[in-house]
Amino acid sequence: MKRVAILVAFLSAQPLLADSNLPPAYWADRQLPDPRDEAKAQALMDELRCLVCQGQSIADSDAELAGDMRDLVRRRIAAGEKPSAIRSWLIQRYGTWISYKPTAEPAAWPLWLAPLALLLIGAWLIRRRIKR
Amino acid sequence: MSRAVRFAPLALLLLVVAALIWRLATPADTSVHSKLEGKPVPAFDLGPALDAKPPLSSRDLATGGPRIVNIFASWCVPCIGEVKVLRQLQARGVAIDGIAVRDRPEDLAAFLQVNGDPYERIGGDPQSQVQISLGSSGVPESFVIDGKGIVRYQHIGPIEPADVPLILAKLEQAR
Repeated sequence: MKRVAILVAFLSAQPLLADSNLPPAYWADRQLPDPRDEAKAQALMDELRCLVCQGQSIADSDAELAGDMRDLVRRRIAAGEKPSAIRSWLIQRYGTWISYKPTAEPAAWPLWLAPLALLLIGAWLIRRRIKR
Repeated sequence: MSRAVRFAPLALLLLVVAALIWRLATPADTSVHSKLEGKPVPAFDLGPALDAKPPLSSRDLATGGPRIVNIFASWCVPCIGEVKVLRQLQARGVAIDGIAVRDRPEDLAAFLQVNGDPYERIGGDPQSQVQISLGSSGVPESFVIDGKGIVRYQHIGPIEPADVPLILAKLEQAR
């Protein structure tokens, strides 16, 4: 009897919803009619970080806020705004954190210099082998 | 091979393990801070979130005195607890406006009836557009705005009873 009661309780339990009751924004999951606009929007959305599922792009994320950001990106692209302008509008609000595209800031210098350093180490290793 | 070189991989491993333990013990701050602190509130003009309350635009925020703009939603569970604290702040004379994110009028009316209503104005932000333009990344969040409409402070997460002195101090600084 107790087991049945527990089973019924489990089956009738509702998940605690952390999402709103509104449907996704119009352009959240809809492609723009112009394929060139859609390609531009897609390229930008792949490089914008989701604020909720940090580590995913807004193109990949199922979070509602990511859907609203996709809507924002597509509407602005359709209105003729440049992707770089949309990116800098978001960076003004959230910092460079929001963009996956590496910048030339001093904090990113190791990133740019790493390939050069690795090449030099490789050349040094090869030289040692040839000499031997 | 010298002894030091032979133990180098082990030392490296221990270093990595130590770094992992340190980051597990003190997790990094994952909250995203708005870059608008010290800058004017971006212009916006929201419609009413429900018929009974006046709507909110950025012009309503530059009124000569400091105000709180609370970004909330009826579907947001921590917001239920926060409203009680906001009502205490309101009772102390703090002016509070709300931006209801992705909300329906009927849900919002029920939320305010059950939990109380500390808001002077509530703007409805059905697609989070004003939330994004403020650099906010979730609900609830609160912004302290000074009398000229400059963002002075962003509070991420609910205002807990323990945060009240901090909020009052930020409002005083914005005076």
